[in-house]
Amino acid sequence: MASDPEHIVKSFENELNKLRSMIAEMGGMVEHQVADACDAVINRNADSATAAVSLDPKVDAAEHEIEQFVIRLLALRQPMAGDLRQIVAALKITGDLERIGDYAANVAKRSVVLQQFPMPYTLSGLAHMTLLVQENLKTVIDAAGEGDTEKAVEVWRSDERVDDIYNALFRELITYMMEDPRNITPCTHLLFIAKNLERIGDHATNIAETIYYAVTGETLGNQRPKGDVSAYAVVRPSRD
Amino acid sequence: MSMTNEGAETISAMGGMEARSHAVMNKSRISIESVDFFYGASKALKGINLELPEKQVTGMIGPSGCGKSTLLRVLNRMYDLYPGQRAEGRVMMDGQNIIAPGVDLNQLRSRVGMVFQKPTPFPMSIYDNIAFGVKLHEKLSKAQMDERVEWSLTRAALWGEVKDRLNAPASGMSGGQQQRLCIARTIATRPEVILLDEPTSALDPISTLKIEELIDELKSDFTIAIVTHNMQQAARCADQVAFFYLGELVEVGTATQMFTSPREKRTQEYITGRFG
Repeated sequence: MASDPEHIVKSFENELNKLRSMIAEMGGMVEHQVADACDAVINRNADSATAAVSLDPKVDAAEHEIEQFVIRLLALRQPMAGDLRQIVAALKITGDLERIGDYAANVAKRSVVLQQFPMPYTLSGLAHMTLLVQENLKTVIDAAGEGDTEKAVEVWRSDERVDDIYNALFRELITYMMEDPRNITPCTHLLFIAKNLERIGDHATNIAETIYYAVTGETLGNQRPKGDVSAYAVVRPSRD
Repeated sequence: MSMTNEGAETISAMGGMEARSHAVMNKSRISIESVDFFYGASKALKGINLELPEKQVTGMIGPSGCGKSTLLRVLNRMYDLYPGQRAEGRVMMDGQNIIAPGVDLNQLRSRVGMVFQKPTPFPMSIYDNIAFGVKLHEKLSKAQMDERVEWSLTRAALWGEVKDRLNAPASGMSGGQQQRLCIARTIATRPEVILLDEPTSALDPISTLKIEELIDELKSDFTIAIVTHNMQQAARCADQVAFFYLGELVEVGTATQMFTSPREKRTQEYITGRFG
């Protein structure tokens, strides 16, 4: 809503700007965390894993700070219309970002366990998924800062691809487990990692929906194709 | 929110914000059609079209000089008292154009009552403040009048506070009580429509809330239009909100829609304090 004229009360305008930059800052932190977690898994990098986990308390603190700020804004400014939507959106976005941070930390922790196992198969599917998820996250955080609904809709639509990769990975990993029971431990961790990434993608689309409502006052609706069908998947060993 | 019509009935039983959030506008009680208004040569209202839904509250907001009070004054022809002021167009109530010449103004004003910004009790007792207007329109026995005074004061949430001093002068009451007395006086003639012109701007916050509670109560019997500079007040009281600017009606919608997602840019800017 950058096109709006400034609020008559300058300090309120400043507070709204501050809220935007707090969200951007928290978004940046979470982006980092996800990037580190992905690097930890794909490149088996222990330092990145530590970095991702150690960011978690900072992300939590940022969430807490934004929550307090939003409650003060609601109580002391009694915002209306677009301001109200923006402030409530900040509260929701900060909740989604915090969850994304949790998932990233979980991915990083699992990557440490994975490093104890040889990795006889390629992680290219997972690597592709990490790239897509990171790209969506970056786009949606930019969209939040700029109030850009086109970018938000782009993220909202492209989450389906993340889901597709997840479904393929689900089948692939189960196949490895059936081939050799020694694969069960690493593949289970990989499965959880993939699921966490898929959830990160879902939270990114939540943020996209929130941005869309904050800017336009309208909801994106329920038309988004829900892509995670692994809940219904059955993979059976072949009988030959 | 996916509220069906069946759900709407349950919700209206809840009252308060939930009811107003899902408000379906009732059928129109007063229908304002292409109304222009002139103070001499200057045009203060330009082609206003607005329906006041029956037994609901319409809040009128907008900056000073936008025409909202003028529109209120059209609805009971207050402007007739001033030479050079005239309204054009139609204001339909029960199939009658109430701004046409030949309308009985005394009768109109008994049907469309008005409360002003500053409490204006008459310099007489509390009892007589209520009885005065009633006597102009109806011949009541002493017992009937006692009953009417009690009814009005009760509806205006004042009876408990004044029932032991009905013969005391109204000037001894607090500002909030005086304003509730003026509301009691207005409803004593049993109007169908009540016009409130910034009724709480001279009152403290608690008296203001008492008037707002009263408005909520009164809308079960009356159709109400309130002009207010206080946006939060419109948000708290109104079912329907109309935003005026420079003599035009910019946007009208349910209070929820107007205060969460106004359609017009000018409404958004005014409501959020970014005007101009």
